[in-house]
Parts: sequence; structure tokens; C-alpha cells
Amino acid sequence: MKIDELHIVLAEDDRDDRMFFKSAFKGLKIDNKLTICEDGLSLMDYLTTADPLPHILFLDLNMPGKNGMECLKELRANSRYNDLSIAIYTSLRSPGINEEVLIEGANIFIRKPNDPDALKKILTEVVYINWQYLTDGLSKQNFMLSY
Amino acid sequence: MNIHLKYNIEQICRVILQEKLGALNIEYSTITSGSICFPKGLSAEKFTELTGELSKYGMEIVTDQKEILVQKIKSLITCMLIPDNSMPLVKISSFLADNLNENYRTLSQIFSDVCHMSLESFIILRKTELVKQLLLNENLSLTEISHKMQYSSVAHLSNQFKNSTGLSPSTFQKISTNKRKYKKVTN
Repeated sequence: MKIDELHIVLAEDDRDDRMFFKSAFKGLKIDNKLTICEDGLSLMDYLTTADPLPHILFLDLNMPGKNGMECLKELRANSRYNDLSIAIYTSLRSPGINEEVLIEGANIFIRKPNDPDALKKILTEVVYINWQYLTDGLSKQNFMLSY
Repeated sequence: MNIHLKYNIEQICRVILQEKLGALNIEYSTITSGSICFPKGLSAEKFTELTGELSKYGMEIVTDQKEILVQKIKSLITCMLIPDNSMPLVKISSFLADNLNENYRTLSQIFSDVCHMSLESFIILRKTELVKQLLLNENLSLTEISHKMQYSSVAHLSNQFKNSTGLSPSTFQKISTNKRKYKKVTN
């Protein structure tokens, strides 16, 4: 599949984190467009009417209103979002959380490292790996990554 | 009810191409992985028609030289990675270089320029995808899979899997099984 511009959506309630993601994606070697939602509810609103759908969603697990897990469950229960890759991230350190999130249908789980450079590297890698699935039309059924 | 399928992408593509070329009355001589030979050439009109027909299947006609090379590399990697293949055990790097008549450094440079990923990482990604399919659909043991996929040992397979996905093969299997069960309940 030929994609002219990669469309990324970010759902993050923290202003500083939003800035961080924005600058991380600026450094990508793929042309991209970033849509930012400031919480889970506005994310769901945005996605319901988005056309075409974005390619990949970065979703914060902890958000007021509707948290990342609730959004994830809702999205995965709706076949409209089958082709949307979902990356969930958190700074929580609870063991087993990665498995839980992947079972619920996330494709990528990121335990945020403290080092911003390390996080930036992970985000870039995730986008590039997802890019291979997109451009080669690989099945996302088994697309699972855990950081 | 869920059923799980396995399929041969090469064959699917070949059949689609044969059908479409036939329907459009286009003469061709051979279809090999990722390329078709038209001994009498192809008119601009037919080219457009074919492009339109193929796009429905997510197939596109590649025109950029670098893209063509990358597609050739990808096709060769796909052939090389088919489980149980009878190809002689050569390094993928020399296999690619020999088949494409280009030195490996050049190939790998062009590949990362176009794909934003090193050729090595790409091969591992593809190989891991196949391991996942074998794990889930054929219920094979890791030992059997490591033979099929020409890994030097089970440890090598497990390490590469873990490095590339962040999960051990057994955790991956567990998550997938739970996911399937969960789907069944919610469906």
C-alpha cells in the first residue's frame, strides 16, 4: 500500500507530555500528521467521525474521564477500528500490566522509561515497525510489541 | 465459531494476476514473484486499466527504481523464509547479493533509505511473524519451529523472538490464546 502521509493520533492529558510526543514525531523520516486529543472522551468523539481513520494511536493509560483501558476496550469491540494500530503507554510499574493490555487488543505496550531519549527511540521504532505492517499489508492480528 | 486459516500469498497473487490479465485480454509470458513479462509490451490504456484493477487487491505497479529493487529484495526474503524450504543454507546477505547482482552494502543502504528500517531488522521482523503463525496455527513445539525456520538452536530462536517483540514465545502464545478466548466470549 502506498501511503503519502502517516496519520498519528495522540491521546494525552498532560501538556508537557504532549509537547514531548510532538517533538519526537517531528524527527521522523516519514511525512506525518499528528492529531492531538486531550483526554479519552475527546479521543472517542474524534475517532467516531474521523474519515479516513488514522493509522496509529498512542494512548495514555491514565487519563481523567475515560482512561486508556476503557478507550481500548471500546475501540477493540468495534470492527471499524480493526486496522488501527494501538500503542498504550504508561509510567506505571505494575507487573503483568503489559499482558493485560495486549490481551485487550493493544498492539504495542510501552512502559515509559525515565530517560526521554530512550522514550523517543522507542516511539520512533514503533512508528517504523508499524510502517512495515502498513506498507506491506501484513496482518495485524499477531502484531504485538512490549517495551 | 472461529476458524484459523493459513495461506500461500505467492499463489494467491499469481491466481489474481492470471485472472485479471486474462479478463483484460493482455498477453504476457511469465509471472514470477513480483514481476510480469509482456513480450509485446503494454499499451498506455491497458496499463491504466491494469493499475486500476490491481489496486482493488492492494497491488500496485512499482515504477521508481529504488522501489523496484526493494520489492525484489522483499520477494527474495519471502521466498527464502518459507518454512521447510529446500534452499541451501546460505547467508541471506550473499543470497540477496548473488540474486540481484549488487553488493550487499548497496542493497542494505537502499533498503533502509526506502523502508526506514535496516535490512537485518526487516528480515528478523518477517521471520518472527512466521514463527508467530507457526506457534499459533500449527501447534508446533519450539524445537520443531526452530528446525523449520533454520534457526541454529531453540535458544537462538527464543532470544531473537524476545528481542524483536519484547515477549518470550510462551508469553506471546499465552496472550494470543487469551485474546482468542476473550473474542469468543464477547462475540
